[in-house]
Amino acid sequence: MIKKRMVAMLLAGGQGTRLGVLTNRTAKPAVPFGGKYRIIDFPLSNCVNSGVDTVGVLTQYEPLELNGYLGNGSAWDLDRNSGGVYVLPPYVKGSRGEWYSGTANAICQNIGFIERYDPDYVLILSGDHIYKMDYSAMLRHHEEKQADATIAVLQVPMEEAHRFGIMNTDADDRIVEFEEKPRQPRSDKASMGIYIFTWPVLREFLMRDDREESSEHDFGKNIIPAMLRDGRRMFAYRFEGYWKDVGTVQSLWEANMDLIQDEPELNLDDKDWRIYSRSAIMPAHYMGRSGSAIRSIVTEGCNVEGSIRHSVLFAGVTIGEGAEISDSVVLPGACIGANAVVKKAIIGENASVGEDACIGAAPEEDDPPYDTSLTGDITLVASNTAIRAGARVPAGMIVNADAFGAKEG
Amino acid sequence: MTDKAFGLIYTGESNMQLRDLTYSRSIAAVPFAGRYRCIDFILSNLVNTGITNVGIITQKNYHSLMDHLESGKEWDLHRKRDGLFILPPFVTRDNTGIYRGTIDALRSVLGYIRRSAQRYVILTGSHTIYNTTFTEMIAQHIKTGADITIMYNEERAFDPEDQFDDLRLTLNEDGRVTDLQYNPYRPASNLQSCNTYVMEKTLLEYLIEEAAAHDQMDFTRDVLLKHVDSLKMYGWRYDGYVARFNSLPGFFRHNMAVLDRGVREDLFNRAHPVYTKVKDEAPARYGANASVRNSLVADGCVVAGTVENSVLFRGVHVGEGSVVRNCILMQASDIQPGSELNYVILDKGVTVKNGRRLAGYEGFPIIVRKGSVI
Repeated sequence: MIKKRMVAMLLAGGQGTRLGVLTNRTAKPAVPFGGKYRIIDFPLSNCVNSGVDTVGVLTQYEPLELNGYLGNGSAWDLDRNSGGVYVLPPYVKGSRGEWYSGTANAICQNIGFIERYDPDYVLILSGDHIYKMDYSAMLRHHEEKQADATIAVLQVPMEEAHRFGIMNTDADDRIVEFEEKPRQPRSDKASMGIYIFTWPVLREFLMRDDREESSEHDFGKNIIPAMLRDGRRMFAYRFEGYWKDVGTVQSLWEANMDLIQDEPELNLDDKDWRIYSRSAIMPAHYMGRSGSAIRSIVTEGCNVEGSIRHSVLFAGVTIGEGAEISDSVVLPGACIGANAVVKKAIIGENASVGEDACIGAAPEEDDPPYDTSLTGDITLVASNTAIRAGARVPAGMIVNADAFGAKEG
Repeated sequence: MTDKAFGLIYTGESNMQLRDLTYSRSIAAVPFAGRYRCIDFILSNLVNTGITNVGIITQKNYHSLMDHLESGKEWDLHRKRDGLFILPPFVTRDNTGIYRGTIDALRSVLGYIRRSAQRYVILTGSHTIYNTTFTEMIAQHIKTGADITIMYNEERAFDPEDQFDDLRLTLNEDGRVTDLQYNPYRPASNLQSCNTYVMEKTLLEYLIEEAAAHDQMDFTRDVLLKHVDSLKMYGWRYDGYVARFNSLPGFFRHNMAVLDRGVREDLFNRAHPVYTKVKDEAPARYGANASVRNSLVADGCVVAGTVENSVLFRGVHVGEGSVVRNCILMQASDIQPGSELNYVILDKGVTVKNGRRLAGYEGFPIIVRKGSVI
């Protein structure tokens, strides 16, 4: 096996429970985003554009869709003779076999994979962030500082810092303390969950952590604090630019809406930093005689006969005549019937909304009680769910084929 | 079907009536319907039939075509066994590298034809577009015991200005060809060849050698027309949409036809996807004052102005206050704010500067050559 300078390990095992029905049948990194992408396209494209050609994708939750999407990696130019993209599920080793019990444990169980490439460095990524980043610049920083670990950090407003893992650093950006979601933050440098480790050092700490029964085998909770205690050289790498954790319904919706602005902060049109994806084999979209689109993004295979305003349409979406879509995200293959109204909603893959139906209607007093803790005021229609013609779905409700949809829709 | 037939596509047609469209590319590489090139349809038809061995005969201006095809990966034709073979002209002791006609071109690729292990060959040109599979055509060919089966469709309209490579079939009640007319002044039949033929490859080899031995150079004139009686030729009727790129107005008309739902659903039938080179453009983005009606818009477009009855290829920018009507704007056209275009075809990478106006007519669309700045 040819030696690699740096191997990337992408943590894609998260169940994504906060995304509600969007992750019922799919792993979080395979959730559609931004019209033609899936979340995992961003870290994978960043890898390829940064010259990292060996990526292990650690997965254990609903891997079918993710595996199918990745295929042999050719969509990202990751079908390589040496390296490329590998899906790494947990497996039985001798008499011992276990699920990934934490982020560090997932890497620990795949030391064999990493060692095949004899890398100097390992890049740890997660599969739920939307951003463009040059990992090779981060690696240069890591080498210049002769660091054992480098953690990418983003400056966040002080009042929001309590939601993040916060790095307290000295004047040289050396990390002196790490606090996970501190009540009284002393710094605004939030960890982005992107780490570069010098491999022999990480290897040693992984092995040590593996022997500790009380450990949760987590990078943020165990590995980073242990390295700090040991006085290792750990540095913050400041990232400037667009970065968004899309782990919740609200943040996923917001990140989609961020793309609609006239000059989006996250430029997907960048010829020097393409975001690659597995393309739907569909013709250019058709904007009909009665269709209109304002402040929206629309992709291949769509047929728009209704009006869309401030919305994102994914591949192969059909919008019927007279339908009005606003502030919404319509995922691949969904079909909105004539004269239906969709307000501030996420419509799942291949879902169908019947004629004259209203999604995201203003709540009324006699609505049965429903839980909006995951959604706030964003209405969610699960994939492959049919909403009956004329049905009314109040704002913030989650409609699922197994529950509401089958009975009422 | 995989083991039965291979595809052979001739892309050397030259048609002056396409004007600047073929200035720097072969007809096969002419852009169509927002994100395709002619060759995409022909290749996808073959691939959707299950054919995995395809040869493409190139003649001139084939750089653009090779750039598009690459290794054939997008059509699943990068294979260890068979796959995509691009067959450019080459100079040998008895070959000058410049073909004098289709027979000459076919003769220069006899080596490829002989090496192909399949029994039947599907021979096609590159300027006729449709979406189907050849499974039925081959089955009919075998059932009728035909020597050559010619795919045809019924064309009611006849416009002499639009005539190019026009082969008309007269059939008897069994579907056997009783007469062929080539570029007739007054067509005796409205059954027109789709430029696609099925035959056994050994027959093709024989016909090529025989014609070449008599210094005959044109497959249609010197082989098909001459053998109407001596060979059993049958027609295979196709009822779907057929686009022939015979002239610039024809090219314009067929692009506009895609705005019709029926034509679109026929040409982009979900059961037979049309594959093309993927460019990884971002989705199209519409601005706050965008107004777009009855138009086809590809990924990578940014529309801030008004667009009606038009086809926008990938990466076209239409600035604020611009009005684009009845236009075909190819890849990366840049329409700066305040411009007006009507019945215009912009080839790739044309820039229309602030406030400029350009208008043609329905029967005479203006074409602007690749990379121009107006």
